[in-house]
Amino acid sequence: MHVVYPVVVSALLFSIGVYGVLARRNAILVLMSVELMLNAVNLNLVAFDVWLRDRLHGGQVLTLFVIVIAAAEVGLGLAIVLAVFRTRQTIDVDRLRALSERAPGEADGEVRS
Amino acid sequence: MTAQAPGFWPPSGPEIIFLLLGAVTLGSAVLVVTTRQLVHAALWLVVCFGALAGGYLVLTAEFVAWVQVLIYVGAVVVLLLFGIMLTRAPIGRSADLDSGNTWAAALVAVAMAAVLVTVLVSGFRMAYAPLDPGQGAAKPLGSSVFRTWVLPFEALSVLLLAALIGAIVLSRTDIKGRQ
Repeated sequence: MHVVYPVVVSALLFSIGVYGVLARRNAILVLMSVELMLNAVNLNLVAFDVWLRDRLHGGQVLTLFVIVIAAAEVGLGLAIVLAVFRTRQTIDVDRLRALSERAPGEADGEVRS
Repeated sequence: MTAQAPGFWPPSGPEIIFLLLGAVTLGSAVLVVTTRQLVHAALWLVVCFGALAGGYLVLTAEFVAWVQVLIYVGAVVVLLLFGIMLTRAPIGRSADLDSGNTWAAALVAVAMAAVLVTVLVSGFRMAYAPLDPGQGAAKPLGSSVFRTWVLPFEALSVLLLAALIGAIVLSRTDIKGRQ
């Protein structure tokens, strides 16, 4: 197996994830795109572990750790999204402007609680 | 590591299978980030993760492949579907899933893909990894987790406990903050 194939697939998958994070408005879709990026990293780790023949299997063990961290991350992320939905009635990340620097009352008054 | 690298043509059997699985992965990933229906995005995510697990299998990382199927396809996607249902998202076609900066996002993504692919191809064009099965089976991976990597493993269990408690505290409504 040429190392180029998995590495290029993972680079393209990472770029697709970046597009999703930047272009989507729904917070859950943003979380899905983050998962895509994490999977790209995992594929990279596995490919280089197979290439380098690490005796300690560092790449694959790190892949397992990343999978576990991704599970924890998506659990906490969804809890935060649900909390935001309970208080603001929306999970549209373009309308959650409570932390922006703009002066109050600039056509985003409805999302301020 | 890089000895006796065969040419790119003809591709070997595992390479053909890996490229087909990679095409499925990338296609379903594009559908995840472009589809207009929220639930379909989660279902395409299942296809993407499943094809990626197949790619791990081709790369002889069996244990990682099964963990991927169990945790990603089994747990994470179900959790995301729960999130979709609980936020009362519109089921069906909805036009407001993309923000206004789609073109800027596409530009950034294409530029990043171009840079990454150029650098990686020029850097690893000659690298060749011969596949021999059994390298990523459960036995060698388990012995390495519980011998060398046991400290990060235990730290991760504490992290999972913290994430569990944090998710419970965040999603309960009857816990008030300190006055």
